[in-house]
Amino acid sequence: MAAAGGGRSGAPAAEWGGFEDNMQGGGSAVIDMENMDDTSGSSFEDMGEMHQRMKEEEEEEAEGEAGAGEEEEDGEFLGMKGLRGQLGRQVADQMWQVGKRQASRAFSLYANIDILRPYFDVEPVQVRARLLESMIPVKMINFPQKIAGELYGPLMLVFTLVAILLHGMKTSDTIIREGTLMGTAIGTCFGYWLGVSSFMYFLAYLCNAQITMVQMLSLLGYGLFGHCITLFVTYNIHFHSLFYIFWLVVGGLSTLRMVAVLVSRTVGHTQRLILCGTLAALHMLFLLYLHFAYHKVVEGILDTLEGPNVPPFQRVARDIPAVSNAVLNTTAKAIALTL
Amino acid sequence: MLWLLRNVGKAVIVAEGATELVGLDPLLICHPCSFCLFALAGSCNSCEGINESVLCLFQMRDLKAVGKKFVHVMYPRKSSALLRDWDLWGPLVLCVSLALMLQGGSADSKDDGGPQFAEVFVIIWFGAVVITLNSKLLGGTISFFQSLCVLGYCVMPLTVAMLVCRLVLLAGAGTVSFIIRLIVVGAMFAWSTLASTAFLADSQPPNRKALVVYPIFLFYFVISWMILTFTPQ
Repeated sequence: MAAAGGGRSGAPAAEWGGFEDNMQGGGSAVIDMENMDDTSGSSFEDMGEMHQRMKEEEEEEAEGEAGAGEEEEDGEFLGMKGLRGQLGRQVADQMWQVGKRQASRAFSLYANIDILRPYFDVEPVQVRARLLESMIPVKMINFPQKIAGELYGPLMLVFTLVAILLHGMKTSDTIIREGTLMGTAIGTCFGYWLGVSSFMYFLAYLCNAQITMVQMLSLLGYGLFGHCITLFVTYNIHFHSLFYIFWLVVGGLSTLRMVAVLVSRTVGHTQRLILCGTLAALHMLFLLYLHFAYHKVVEGILDTLEGPNVPPFQRVARDIPAVSNAVLNTTAKAIALTL
Repeated sequence: MLWLLRNVGKAVIVAEGATELVGLDPLLICHPCSFCLFALAGSCNSCEGINESVLCLFQMRDLKAVGKKFVHVMYPRKSSALLRDWDLWGPLVLCVSLALMLQGGSADSKDDGGPQFAEVFVIIWFGAVVITLNSKLLGGTISFFQSLCVLGYCVMPLTVAMLVCRLVLLAGAGTVSFIIRLIVVGAMFAWSTLASTAFLADSQPPNRKALVVYPIFLFYFVISWMILTFTPQ
Protein backbone atom coordinates (compact mmCIF):
# COMPACT_ATOMS: atom_id res chain seq x y z
CA MET A 1 0.00 0.00 0.00
CA ALA A 2 2.88 2.25 0.76
CA ALA A 3 4.30 1.49 -2.64
CA ALA A 4 1.05 2.23 -4.41
CA GLY A 5 0.61 5.38 -2.40
CA GLY A 6 4.14 6.40 -3.12
CA GLY A 7 3.67 5.78 -6.83
CA ARG A 8 0.49 7.81 -6.88
CA SER A 9 2.08 10.73 -5.20
CA GLY A 10 5.29 10.22 -7.09
CA ALA A 11 3.78 10.72 -10.54
CA PRO A 12 2.53 14.30 -10.09
CA ALA A 13 5.66 15.09 -8.13
CA ALA A 14 7.91 14.17 -11.01
CA GLU A 15 8.95 17.80 -11.46
CA TRP A 16 10.23 18.19 -7.97
CA GLY A 17 11.24 14.68 -7.18
CA GLY A 18 14.12 15.71 -4.94
CA PHE A 19 11.97 17.89 -2.73
CA GLU A 20 9.22 15.28 -2.30
CA ASP A 21 11.79 12.63 -1.52
CA ASN A 22 13.35 14.57 1.30
CA MET A 23 9.96 15.36 2.78
CA GLN A 24 8.40 11.93 2.72
CA GLY A 25 11.59 10.07 3.49
CA GLY A 26 11.56 8.10 0.25
CA GLY A 27 8.95 5.42 0.39
CA SER A 28 9.55 2.69 -2.06
CA ALA A 29 11.53 1.58 -5.02
CA VAL A 30 8.78 2.82 -7.38
CA ILE A 31 9.60 6.42 -6.57
CA ASP A 32 13.29 5.79 -6.97
CA MET A 33 12.84 4.47 -10.48
CA GLU A 34 10.77 7.48 -11.47
CA ASN A 35 13.29 9.88 -10.05
CA MET A 36 16.04 8.20 -11.96
CA ASP A 37 14.33 9.13 -15.20
CA ASP A 38 13.45 12.62 -14.05
CA THR A 39 15.39 15.19 -15.99
CA SER A 40 14.24 18.05 -13.77
CA GLY A 41 15.79 16.63 -10.60
CA SER A 42 18.19 18.69 -8.60
CA SER A 43 21.23 16.83 -9.77
CA PHE A 44 21.90 13.35 -11.05
CA GLU A 45 24.80 12.79 -8.72
CA ASP A 46 22.73 13.46 -5.59
CA MET A 47 19.88 11.26 -6.76
CA GLY A 48 22.27 8.51 -7.61
CA GLU A 49 23.92 8.68 -4.20
CA MET A 50 20.60 8.73 -2.37
CA HIS A 51 19.37 5.78 -4.40
CA GLN A 52 22.54 3.82 -3.64
CA ARG A 53 22.31 4.62 0.08
CA MET A 54 18.67 3.55 0.26
CA LYS A 55 19.42 0.30 -1.53
CA GLU A 56 22.17 -0.49 0.98
CA GLU A 57 19.87 0.30 3.90
CA GLU A 58 17.18 -1.97 2.49
CA GLU A 59 19.67 -4.80 2.19
CA GLU A 60 20.80 -4.31 5.77
CA GLU A 61 17.25 -4.23 7.08
CA ALA A 62 16.34 -7.37 5.13
CA GLU A 63 19.15 -9.14 6.98
CA GLY A 64 18.13 -7.59 10.29
CA GLU A 65 14.47 -8.54 9.92
CA ALA A 66 15.35 -12.11 9.03
CA GLY A 67 17.32 -12.38 12.28
CA ALA A 68 14.73 -10.67 14.52
CA GLY A 69 11.78 -12.88 13.57
CA GLU A 70 10.84 -13.62 17.22
CA GLU A 71 10.36 -10.01 18.21
CA GLU A 72 7.66 -9.40 15.68
CA GLU A 73 5.84 -7.00 17.93
CA ASP A 74 8.87 -4.83 18.45
CA GLY A 75 9.67 -5.01 14.76
CA GLU A 76 8.12 -1.60 14.29
CA PHE A 77 10.06 -0.20 17.20
CA LEU A 78 13.32 -1.41 15.73
CA GLY A 79 12.34 0.15 12.41
CA MET A 80 11.34 3.45 14.00
CA LYS A 81 14.55 3.74 15.94
CA GLY A 82 16.34 5.79 13.37
CA LEU A 83 13.33 6.50 11.12
CA ARG A 84 15.55 5.54 8.25
CA GLY A 85 14.47 1.95 8.18
CA GLN A 86 12.07 0.65 5.61
CA LEU A 87 9.31 0.17 8.21
CA GLY A 88 9.81 3.64 9.54
CA ARG A 89 9.51 5.10 6.09
CA GLN A 90 6.36 3.13 5.40
CA VAL A 91 4.76 4.28 8.63
CA ALA A 92 5.65 7.89 7.89
CA ASP A 93 4.26 7.52 4.39
CA GLN A 94 1.02 6.03 5.68
CA MET A 95 0.64 8.78 8.25
CA TRP A 96 1.16 11.36 5.52
CA GLN A 97 -1.51 9.77 3.34
CA VAL A 98 -4.01 9.54 6.19
CA GLY A 99 -3.30 13.10 7.25
CA LYS A 100 -3.69 14.35 3.71
CA ARG A 101 -6.98 12.54 3.29
CA GLN A 102 -8.32 13.94 6.56
CA ALA A 103 -7.20 17.45 5.71
CA SER A 104 -8.81 17.37 2.28
CA ARG A 105 -12.02 15.99 3.77
CA ALA A 106 -12.11 18.71 6.43
CA PHE A 107 -11.32 21.33 3.82
CA SER A 108 -14.12 20.23 1.51
CA LEU A 109 -16.50 20.16 4.46
CA TYR A 110 -15.77 23.51 6.11
CA ALA A 111 -14.29 25.60 3.34
CA ASN A 112 -17.21 24.92 1.06
CA ILE A 113 -18.63 28.36 0.50
CA ASP A 114 -21.80 26.92 -0.96
CA ILE A 115 -23.23 26.61 2.54
CA LEU A 116 -23.34 30.42 2.62
CA ARG A 117 -24.92 30.77 -0.79
CA PRO A 118 -28.58 30.90 0.37
CA TYR A 119 -27.78 33.88 2.60
CA PHE A 120 -26.51 35.92 -0.34
CA ASP A 121 -29.47 35.30 -2.60
CA VAL A 122 -30.75 38.87 -2.84
CA GLU A 123 -31.66 41.47 -5.42
CA PRO A 124 -30.53 45.12 -5.24
CA VAL A 125 -34.16 46.22 -4.86
CA GLN A 126 -34.58 44.01 -1.81
CA VAL A 127 -31.41 45.36 -0.20
CA ARG A 128 -32.53 48.95 -0.74
CA ALA A 129 -35.98 48.19 0.68
CA ARG A 130 -34.50 46.54 3.75
CA LEU A 131 -32.12 49.43 4.33
CA LEU A 132 -35.00 51.87 4.38
CA GLU A 133 -37.14 49.58 6.52
CA SER A 134 -34.42 49.37 9.15
CA MET A 135 -35.16 52.98 10.05
CA ILE A 136 -38.93 52.54 10.35
CA PRO A 137 -40.16 51.01 13.61
CA VAL A 138 -43.03 48.56 13.22
CA LYS A 139 -46.27 49.24 15.08
CA MET A 140 -47.63 45.70 15.23
CA ILE A 141 -45.85 43.93 18.06
CA ASN A 142 -48.44 41.28 18.87
CA PHE A 143 -47.64 39.32 15.74
CA PRO A 144 -44.10 37.97 15.15
CA GLN A 145 -42.43 40.20 12.57
CA LYS A 146 -40.58 38.65 9.66
CA ILE A 147 -36.79 39.00 9.64
CA ALA A 148 -34.96 38.22 6.42
CA GLY A 149 -32.08 35.83 7.04
CA GLU A 150 -29.74 37.57 4.68
CA LEU A 151 -26.05 38.33 5.17
CA TYR A 152 -25.10 40.45 2.15
CA GLY A 153 -26.60 43.70 3.43
CA PRO A 154 -25.21 43.41 6.97
CA LEU A 155 -21.76 42.45 5.69
CA MET A 156 -21.63 45.42 3.32
CA LEU A 157 -22.84 47.72 6.08
CA VAL A 158 -20.11 46.51 8.41
CA PHE A 159 -17.48 47.15 5.73
CA THR A 160 -18.96 50.59 5.08
CA LEU A 161 -18.76 51.34 8.78
CA VAL A 162 -15.11 50.25 8.73
CA ALA A 163 -14.42 52.66 5.87
CA ILE A 164 -16.22 55.53 7.64
CA LEU A 165 -14.37 54.78 10.87
CA LEU A 166 -11.07 54.80 9.02
CA HIS A 167 -11.97 58.17 7.56
CA GLY A 168 -12.83 59.46 11.03
CA MET A 169 -9.62 58.16 12.57
CA LYS A 170 -7.49 59.64 9.82
CA THR A 171 -9.07 63.07 10.04
CA SER A 172 -8.71 63.08 13.81
CA ASP A 173 -5.08 61.90 13.62
CA THR A 174 -5.72 59.07 16.03
CA ILE A 175 -2.44 57.42 16.94
CA ILE A 176 -2.70 53.71 17.55
CA ARG A 177 0.44 52.38 19.12
CA GLU A 178 -0.25 48.69 19.50
CA GLY A 179 -1.63 47.77 16.12
CA THR A 180 -2.80 49.53 13.02
CA LEU A 181 -5.64 51.85 12.13
CA MET A 182 -7.17 49.34 9.77
CA GLY A 183 -6.86 46.53 12.32
CA THR A 184 -8.57 48.62 14.97
CA ALA A 185 -11.39 49.65 12.66
CA ILE A 186 -12.03 46.11 11.42
CA GLY A 187 -11.73 44.69 14.92
CA THR A 188 -14.16 47.20 16.39
CA CYS A 189 -16.84 46.82 13.74
CA PHE A 190 -16.70 43.09 13.24
CA GLY A 191 -16.28 42.56 16.97
CA TYR A 192 -19.41 44.55 17.65
CA TRP A 193 -21.46 42.86 14.93
CA LEU A 194 -20.44 39.30 15.75
CA GLY A 195 -19.99 39.70 19.48
CA VAL A 196 -23.18 41.56 20.27
CA SER A 197 -25.16 39.30 17.93
CA SER A 198 -23.87 36.23 19.74
CA PHE A 199 -24.56 37.78 23.13
CA MET A 200 -28.09 38.81 22.13
CA TYR A 201 -28.71 35.35 20.67
CA PHE A 202 -27.63 33.84 23.98
CA LEU A 203 -29.97 36.19 25.86
CA ALA A 204 -32.75 35.40 23.41
CA TYR A 205 -32.20 31.73 24.10
CA LEU A 206 -32.49 32.40 27.84
CA CYS A 207 -35.59 34.56 27.38
CA ASN A 208 -37.25 32.11 24.98
CA ALA A 209 -37.38 34.48 22.05
CA GLN A 210 -38.08 33.06 18.61
CA ILE A 211 -35.04 34.13 16.69
CA THR A 212 -32.20 32.30 14.96
CA MET A 213 -28.55 33.30 14.87
CA VAL A 214 -28.64 34.35 11.21
CA GLN A 215 -31.74 36.46 11.85
CA MET A 216 -30.01 38.12 14.79
CA LEU A 217 -26.93 38.85 12.67
CA SER A 218 -29.15 40.26 9.95
CA LEU A 219 -31.19 42.40 12.36
CA LEU A 220 -28.15 43.90 14.08
CA GLY A 221 -26.34 44.33 10.78
CA TYR A 222 -29.14 46.35 9.26
CA GLY A 223 -29.31 48.33 12.50
CA LEU A 224 -25.82 49.58 11.71
CA PHE A 225 -27.26 51.59 8.83
CA GLY A 226 -28.26 54.31 11.29
CA HIS A 227 -24.72 54.30 12.72
CA CYS A 228 -23.23 54.66 9.25
CA ILE A 229 -25.39 57.67 8.43
CA THR A 230 -24.75 59.38 11.77
CA LEU A 231 -21.01 58.90 11.70
CA PHE A 232 -20.70 59.84 8.03
CA VAL A 233 -22.40 63.17 8.71
CA THR A 234 -20.83 63.99 12.06
CA TYR A 235 -17.25 63.03 11.12
CA ASN A 236 -17.45 65.69 8.42
CA ILE A 237 -19.50 68.37 10.20
CA HIS A 238 -18.04 68.77 13.67
CA PHE A 239 -20.79 70.04 15.93
CA HIS A 240 -21.55 68.40 19.23
CA SER A 241 -25.21 69.38 19.18
CA LEU A 242 -25.64 67.99 15.67
CA PHE A 243 -24.19 64.69 16.81
CA TYR A 244 -26.56 64.49 19.79
CA ILE A 245 -29.55 65.19 17.54
CA PHE A 246 -28.45 62.48 15.08
CA TRP A 247 -27.71 60.10 17.93
CA LEU A 248 -31.20 60.47 19.35
CA VAL A 249 -33.15 60.59 16.10
CA VAL A 250 -31.32 58.28 13.70
CA GLY A 251 -29.81 55.97 16.30
CA GLY A 252 -33.05 55.94 18.21
CA LEU A 253 -35.13 55.03 15.15
CA SER A 254 -32.97 52.06 14.21
CA THR A 255 -32.90 50.91 17.84
CA LEU A 256 -36.68 51.20 18.07
CA ARG A 257 -37.05 49.11 14.95
CA MET A 258 -34.83 46.33 16.33
CA VAL A 259 -36.52 46.49 19.72
CA ALA A 260 -40.00 46.29 18.19
CA VAL A 261 -39.06 43.25 16.13
CA LEU A 262 -37.60 41.52 19.17
CA VAL A 263 -40.63 42.37 21.32
CA SER A 264 -42.91 40.86 18.70
CA ARG A 265 -40.98 37.62 18.97
CA THR A 266 -40.77 37.37 22.78
CA VAL A 267 -43.41 36.38 25.31
CA GLY A 268 -43.47 37.75 28.84
CA HIS A 269 -42.84 41.23 30.22
CA THR A 270 -39.61 40.53 32.10
CA GLN A 271 -38.05 38.75 29.16
CA ARG A 272 -39.03 41.53 26.79
CA LEU A 273 -37.59 44.10 29.15
CA ILE A 274 -34.28 42.28 29.54
CA LEU A 275 -33.77 41.66 25.83
CA CYS A 276 -34.82 45.05 24.59
CA GLY A 277 -33.13 46.99 27.34
CA THR A 278 -29.82 45.26 26.68
CA LEU A 279 -30.02 45.71 22.92
CA ALA A 280 -31.02 49.37 23.16
CA ALA A 281 -28.27 50.13 25.65
CA LEU A 282 -25.55 48.37 23.64
CA HIS A 283 -26.63 49.86 20.33
CA MET A 284 -26.83 53.46 21.53
CA LEU A 285 -23.68 53.25 23.62
CA PHE A 286 -21.73 51.86 20.65
CA LEU A 287 -22.62 54.90 18.58
CA LEU A 288 -21.58 57.16 21.43
CA TYR A 289 -18.30 55.30 21.77
CA LEU A 290 -17.54 55.46 18.04
CA HIS A 291 -18.04 59.19 18.02
CA PHE A 292 -16.04 60.07 21.11
CA ALA A 293 -13.22 57.55 20.91
CA TYR A 294 -12.01 58.68 17.51
CA HIS A 295 -12.84 62.32 17.56
CA LYS A 296 -11.08 63.99 20.47
CA VAL A 297 -8.16 65.51 18.63
CA VAL A 298 -10.44 67.33 16.23
CA GLU A 299 -12.27 68.81 19.20
CA GLY A 300 -8.94 69.95 20.59
CA ILE A 301 -8.20 71.80 17.39
CA LEU A 302 -11.65 73.38 17.40
CA ASP A 303 -11.17 74.50 21.00
CA THR A 304 -7.99 76.37 20.19
CA LEU A 305 -9.67 78.02 17.21
CA GLU A 306 -12.91 78.93 18.96
CA GLY A 307 -11.41 80.08 22.23
CA PRO A 308 -13.00 79.47 25.63
CA ASN A 309 -16.03 77.74 24.10
CA VAL A 310 -15.07 74.39 25.55
CA PRO A 311 -17.80 71.78 26.16
CA PRO A 312 -18.05 71.11 29.89
CA PHE A 313 -17.76 67.35 29.39
CA GLN A 314 -14.19 67.59 28.14
CA ARG A 315 -13.07 70.13 30.76
CA VAL A 316 -14.20 68.06 33.69
CA ALA A 317 -12.46 64.98 32.34
CA ARG A 318 -9.19 66.87 31.92
CA ASP A 319 -9.17 68.49 35.36
CA ILE A 320 -9.90 65.51 37.54
CA PRO A 321 -6.47 63.78 37.34
CA ALA A 322 -4.66 67.04 38.20
CA VAL A 323 -6.86 67.65 41.25
CA SER A 324 -6.49 64.13 42.51
CA ASN A 325 -2.71 64.28 42.09
CA ALA A 326 -2.48 67.48 44.13
CA VAL A 327 -4.69 66.03 46.83
CA LEU A 328 -2.58 62.88 46.95
CA ASN A 329 0.62 64.90 47.24
CA THR A 330 -0.67 67.05 50.10
CA THR A 331 -2.04 64.09 52.00
CA ALA A 332 1.21 62.19 51.51
CA LYS A 333 3.16 65.15 52.83
CA ALA A 334 0.80 65.48 55.78
CA ILE A 335 1.19 61.80 56.65
CA ALA A 336 4.97 62.03 56.34
CA LEU A 337 5.04 65.02 58.67
CA THR A 338 2.92 63.30 61.30
CA LEU A 339 5.13 60.19 61.12
CA MET B 1 -2.07 21.14 -1.51
CA LEU B 2 0.77 19.11 -3.04
CA TRP B 3 1.16 21.70 -5.78
CA LEU B 4 1.38 24.46 -3.19
CA LEU B 5 4.00 22.62 -1.18
CA ARG B 6 5.97 21.92 -4.31
CA ASN B 7 5.96 25.56 -5.23
CA VAL B 8 6.88 26.79 -1.76
CA GLY B 9 10.30 25.30 -2.32
CA LYS B 10 10.48 27.13 -5.63
CA ALA B 11 9.35 30.26 -3.83
CA VAL B 12 12.17 30.15 -1.28
CA ILE B 13 14.79 30.04 -4.02
CA VAL B 14 12.95 32.64 -6.07
CA ALA B 15 12.66 34.94 -3.06
CA GLU B 16 16.35 34.71 -2.26
CA GLY B 17 17.37 35.17 -5.84
CA ALA B 18 14.97 38.01 -6.42
CA THR B 19 16.14 39.99 -3.40
CA GLU B 20 19.68 39.92 -4.67
CA LEU B 21 18.54 40.84 -8.12
CA VAL B 22 16.25 43.66 -7.13
CA GLY B 23 18.14 44.85 -4.09
CA LEU B 24 15.17 44.87 -1.76
CA ASP B 25 15.24 44.25 1.95
CA PRO B 26 15.04 40.44 2.27
CA LEU B 27 12.85 40.76 5.36
CA LEU B 28 10.11 42.33 3.29
CA ILE B 29 10.31 39.69 0.63
CA CYS B 30 10.54 36.95 3.22
CA HIS B 31 7.26 38.17 4.74
CA PRO B 32 4.88 35.19 4.95
CA CYS B 33 2.41 36.85 2.60
CA SER B 34 5.12 37.15 -0.01
CA PHE B 35 5.86 33.42 0.15
CA CYS B 36 2.34 32.39 -0.67
CA LEU B 37 2.13 34.96 -3.41
CA PHE B 38 5.41 33.96 -4.96
CA ALA B 39 4.26 30.37 -4.92
CA LEU B 40 0.91 31.19 -6.48
CA ALA B 41 2.38 33.64 -8.92
CA GLY B 42 4.65 31.05 -10.47
CA SER B 43 3.77 31.07 -14.09
CA CYS B 44 7.22 30.12 -15.23
CA ASN B 45 6.40 26.64 -16.42
CA SER B 46 9.62 25.90 -18.12
CA CYS B 47 11.78 26.99 -15.20
CA GLU B 48 12.66 23.65 -13.69
CA GLY B 49 15.00 22.82 -10.90
CA ILE B 50 16.88 24.69 -8.25
CA ASN B 51 20.06 25.07 -10.24
CA GLU B 52 18.43 27.01 -13.08
CA SER B 53 19.26 30.66 -13.31
CA VAL B 54 16.85 33.09 -11.66
CA LEU B 55 16.79 35.11 -14.84
CA CYS B 56 14.82 32.35 -16.54
CA LEU B 57 11.85 33.61 -14.51
CA PHE B 58 11.81 36.85 -16.40
CA GLN B 59 11.27 35.18 -19.70
CA MET B 60 10.06 37.33 -22.52
CA ARG B 61 6.85 35.32 -22.74
CA ASP B 62 5.86 36.01 -19.14
CA LEU B 63 6.91 39.65 -19.31
CA LYS B 64 4.91 40.12 -22.47
CA ALA B 65 1.83 38.57 -20.85
CA VAL B 66 2.14 40.84 -17.82
CA GLY B 67 2.73 43.86 -20.04
CA LYS B 68 -0.33 43.05 -22.17
CA LYS B 69 -2.46 42.90 -19.04
CA PHE B 70 -1.20 46.31 -17.90
CA VAL B 71 -2.26 47.72 -21.27
CA HIS B 72 -5.68 46.12 -20.89
CA VAL B 73 -6.10 47.84 -17.53
CA MET B 74 -5.05 51.24 -18.88
CA TYR B 75 -7.52 50.92 -21.79
CA PRO B 76 -10.34 48.83 -20.32
CA ARG B 77 -12.18 47.14 -23.12
CA LYS B 78 -14.32 44.05 -22.74
CA SER B 79 -11.68 41.49 -23.59
CA SER B 80 -11.17 38.07 -22.12
CA ALA B 81 -7.35 38.10 -22.25
CA LEU B 82 -7.08 39.30 -18.67
CA LEU B 83 -9.41 36.60 -17.45
CA ARG B 84 -8.19 33.69 -19.53
CA ASP B 85 -4.48 33.59 -18.66
CA TRP B 86 -4.48 34.85 -15.13
CA ASP B 87 -1.30 35.38 -13.20
CA LEU B 88 -0.48 37.09 -9.96
CA TRP B 89 2.91 38.58 -10.85
CA GLY B 90 1.47 41.96 -11.75
CA PRO B 91 -0.69 42.26 -8.62
CA LEU B 92 2.26 41.24 -6.47
CA VAL B 93 4.56 43.85 -7.98
CA LEU B 94 1.89 46.56 -7.73
CA CYS B 95 0.97 45.64 -4.16
CA VAL B 96 4.57 45.61 -2.97
CA SER B 97 5.41 48.90 -4.69
CA LEU B 98 2.29 50.58 -3.30
CA ALA B 99 3.00 49.27 0.20
CA LEU B 100 6.61 50.46 0.00
CA MET B 101 5.56 53.91 -1.15
CA LEU B 102 2.97 54.18 1.64
CA GLN B 103 5.55 53.41 4.28
CA GLY B 104 6.76 56.00 6.68
CA GLY B 105 3.67 58.17 6.41
CA SER B 106 2.50 58.05 10.01
CA ALA B 107 2.42 60.81 12.57
CA ASP B 108 4.30 58.69 15.08
CA SER B 109 7.92 57.56 15.35
CA LYS B 110 9.80 55.49 12.82
CA ASP B 111 8.63 52.31 14.53
CA ASP B 112 5.41 52.50 12.53
CA GLY B 113 7.17 51.62 9.30
CA GLY B 114 6.59 47.90 9.78
CA PRO B 115 2.82 47.82 10.30
CA GLN B 116 2.31 50.18 7.41
CA PHE B 117 3.69 47.67 4.90
CA ALA B 118 1.79 44.74 6.40
CA GLU B 119 -1.33 46.85 6.71
CA VAL B 120 -1.45 47.74 3.02
CA PHE B 121 -0.50 44.23 1.96
CA VAL B 122 -3.24 42.66 4.09
CA ILE B 123 -5.86 45.20 3.08
CA ILE B 124 -5.30 44.62 -0.63
CA TRP B 125 -5.23 40.85 -0.50
CA PHE B 126 -7.90 40.41 2.18
CA GLY B 127 -10.14 42.88 0.39
CA ALA B 128 -9.62 41.14 -2.94
CA VAL B 129 -10.44 37.75 -1.38
CA VAL B 130 -13.62 39.12 0.23
CA ILE B 131 -14.79 40.68 -3.04
CA THR B 132 -14.08 37.45 -4.90
CA LEU B 133 -15.98 35.37 -2.36
CA ASN B 134 -18.84 37.84 -2.49
CA SER B 135 -19.08 37.71 -6.28
CA LYS B 136 -18.97 33.92 -6.22
CA LEU B 137 -21.68 33.75 -3.58
CA LEU B 138 -23.87 36.09 -5.63
CA GLY B 139 -23.76 33.61 -8.48
CA GLY B 140 -20.72 34.72 -10.46
CA THR B 141 -19.13 32.49 -13.07
CA ILE B 142 -15.61 33.76 -12.62
CA SER B 143 -13.00 31.67 -10.86
CA PHE B 144 -11.23 32.63 -7.64
CA PHE B 145 -7.81 33.43 -9.08
CA GLN B 146 -9.19 35.13 -12.17
CA SER B 147 -10.98 37.58 -9.92
CA LEU B 148 -7.88 38.11 -7.77
CA CYS B 149 -5.91 38.74 -10.94
CA VAL B 150 -8.32 41.38 -12.23
CA LEU B 151 -8.62 43.19 -8.90
CA GLY B 152 -4.87 43.16 -8.43
CA TYR B 153 -4.09 44.52 -11.90
CA CYS B 154 -6.71 47.25 -11.50
CA VAL B 155 -4.72 48.65 -8.56
CA MET B 156 -2.30 50.02 -11.18
CA PRO B 157 -3.98 53.42 -11.69
CA LEU B 158 -3.86 53.94 -7.93
CA THR B 159 -0.17 53.05 -7.85
CA VAL B 160 0.39 55.67 -10.53
CA ALA B 161 -1.63 58.11 -8.40
CA MET B 162 0.60 57.34 -5.41
CA LEU B 163 3.67 58.09 -7.48
CA VAL B 164 2.21 61.41 -8.62
CA CYS B 165 1.19 62.28 -5.05
CA ARG B 166 4.70 61.63 -3.79
CA LEU B 167 6.15 63.86 -6.49
CA VAL B 168 3.63 66.61 -5.71
CA LEU B 169 4.40 66.36 -1.99
CA LEU B 170 8.08 66.91 -2.75
CA ALA B 171 7.12 70.34 -4.02
CA GLY B 172 5.14 71.24 -0.92
CA ALA B 173 2.16 70.30 1.26
CA GLY B 174 -0.20 73.25 0.97
CA THR B 175 -3.81 73.61 -0.10
CA VAL B 176 -2.92 73.70 -3.80
CA SER B 177 -1.03 70.43 -3.56
CA PHE B 178 -3.96 68.89 -1.69
CA ILE B 179 -6.37 69.92 -4.45
CA ILE B 180 -4.07 68.52 -7.13
CA ARG B 181 -3.70 65.27 -5.21
CA LEU B 182 -7.46 65.07 -4.64
CA ILE B 183 -8.16 65.44 -8.37
CA VAL B 184 -5.49 62.92 -9.37
CA VAL B 185 -6.50 60.32 -6.77
CA GLY B 186 -10.18 60.82 -7.54
CA ALA B 187 -9.62 60.31 -11.27
CA MET B 188 -7.48 57.22 -10.74
CA PHE B 189 -10.00 55.78 -8.28
CA ALA B 190 -12.77 56.16 -10.85
CA TRP B 191 -10.50 54.59 -13.49
CA SER B 192 -9.72 51.59 -11.25
CA THR B 193 -13.34 51.01 -10.39
CA LEU B 194 -14.47 51.29 -14.01
CA ALA B 195 -11.68 49.01 -15.24
CA SER B 196 -12.42 46.25 -12.75
CA THR B 197 -16.17 46.61 -13.29
CA ALA B 198 -15.68 46.21 -17.04
CA PHE B 199 -14.05 42.84 -16.45
CA LEU B 200 -15.94 41.51 -13.46
CA ALA B 201 -19.51 42.67 -13.93
CA ASP B 202 -19.97 40.61 -17.08
CA SER B 203 -19.57 37.39 -15.16
CA GLN B 204 -22.56 38.19 -12.93
CA PRO B 205 -26.26 37.73 -13.51
CA PRO B 206 -27.49 40.99 -15.13
CA ASN B 207 -29.76 42.14 -12.31
CA ARG B 208 -27.07 41.80 -9.60
CA LYS B 209 -24.31 43.90 -11.08
CA ALA B 210 -24.84 46.67 -8.52
CA LEU B 211 -24.36 44.21 -5.66
CA VAL B 212 -20.95 43.25 -7.02
CA VAL B 213 -19.83 46.75 -7.94
CA TYR B 214 -20.43 48.24 -4.49
CA PRO B 215 -17.74 46.26 -2.59
CA ILE B 216 -15.27 46.96 -5.43
CA PHE B 217 -16.09 50.66 -5.06
CA LEU B 218 -15.53 50.44 -1.30
CA PHE B 219 -12.26 48.55 -1.74
CA TYR B 220 -10.71 51.09 -4.11
CA PHE B 221 -12.15 53.90 -2.01
CA VAL B 222 -10.25 52.69 1.06
CA ILE B 223 -7.01 52.39 -0.95
CA SER B 224 -7.54 55.85 -2.47
CA TRP B 225 -8.18 57.25 0.98
CA MET B 226 -4.92 55.78 2.26
CA ILE B 227 -3.09 57.36 -0.69
CA LEU B 228 -4.75 60.75 -0.30
CA THR B 229 -4.11 61.04 3.43
CA PHE B 230 -0.49 60.01 3.12
CA THR B 231 1.91 62.59 4.53
CA PRO B 232 5.61 61.84 4.48
CA GLN B 233 7.72 62.40 7.60
